[in-house]
Amino acid sequence: MIIQALAFYVFAAIAIASGVMVVTSRNPVHSVLYLILAFFNAAALFVLIGAEFIAMILIVVYVGAVAVLFLFVVMMLDINFVELRQGFMRYMPIGALIGLVLLAELVFVGGAWTFSGEATQVMLAKTPEIAAVHNTEAIGNLMYTRYVYLFQAAGLVLLVAMIGAIVLTHRQRDGVRKQRIGAQIAVRREDVVEVVKVTKGGGV
Amino acid sequence: MLEIGLAHYLTVAAILFTLGIFGIFLNRKNVIIIMMSIELMLLAVNINLVAFSVFLGDLTGQIFAMLVLTVAAAEAAIGLAILVVYFRNRGSIAVEDINLMKG
Repeated sequence: MIIQALAFYVFAAIAIASGVMVVTSRNPVHSVLYLILAFFNAAALFVLIGAEFIAMILIVVYVGAVAVLFLFVVMMLDINFVELRQGFMRYMPIGALIGLVLLAELVFVGGAWTFSGEATQVMLAKTPEIAAVHNTEAIGNLMYTRYVYLFQAAGLVLLVAMIGAIVLTHRQRDGVRKQRIGAQIAVRREDVVEVVKVTKGGGV
Repeated sequence: MLEIGLAHYLTVAAILFTLGIFGIFLNRKNVIIIMMSIELMLLAVNINLVAFSVFLGDLTGQIFAMLVLTVAAAEAAIGLAILVVYFRNRGSIAVEDINLMKG
């Protein structure tokens, strides 16, 4: 029990500290790396309470795809980041104020809140015993049966996002010499070969 | 204190969410950091969903967390694509210039 508590505090502290570094770091590359650290620690927190499937998905999707995408964009664009940091200190007080107000509101909500008595009776899908069905299997059982339409919709969202990203960033550039196989095959003899009747002594 | 309960997870999520808001205000010119802040806020939402799911014994929250994850990934892809196109057209990613595109 004490080891679990200790692990929770360590992971939570690192996650929050790296969250702070994400928003205050000077170099966006460092921000992305701290974001990855925050995701890893959040995944560790999920493992601690036994949601291991979400933890693994978090690492695969966020660290493996989203954060690497961020890294690509940060490194690909030639941006003057010093210029973008102007006004950093100017926005600090208002940002801190709004953050504190929000945090205070969240604390009030959290402090004055309890589970209702029938909360355990109205649940949609009771978690099965961990000895009988482990977490990943239980999520699969639920996801591919009751929530299969949501699953398909999520796939459609990803498909639309993929098509949208390709359509947005694809461009036709001028001055690129590419092989056009269709045009090559469609060429007919009379288009390219000219038979010239040469008269004797007249030249071509 | 040593018994890790729902309140602990909710506290972590609340702090991470606040950090996301703070980051949006702090880096008002840098779209990339703003998007990272949004990812941080979505992570906080996911922590909330998973914590409630586990401590209530209801699996639906974890399904919902997966859907949030999907939407977050799609949002990041589209956002970064828009960012790349914007940078290609204007040579900068300062958010303040974006309102020049209207009208």
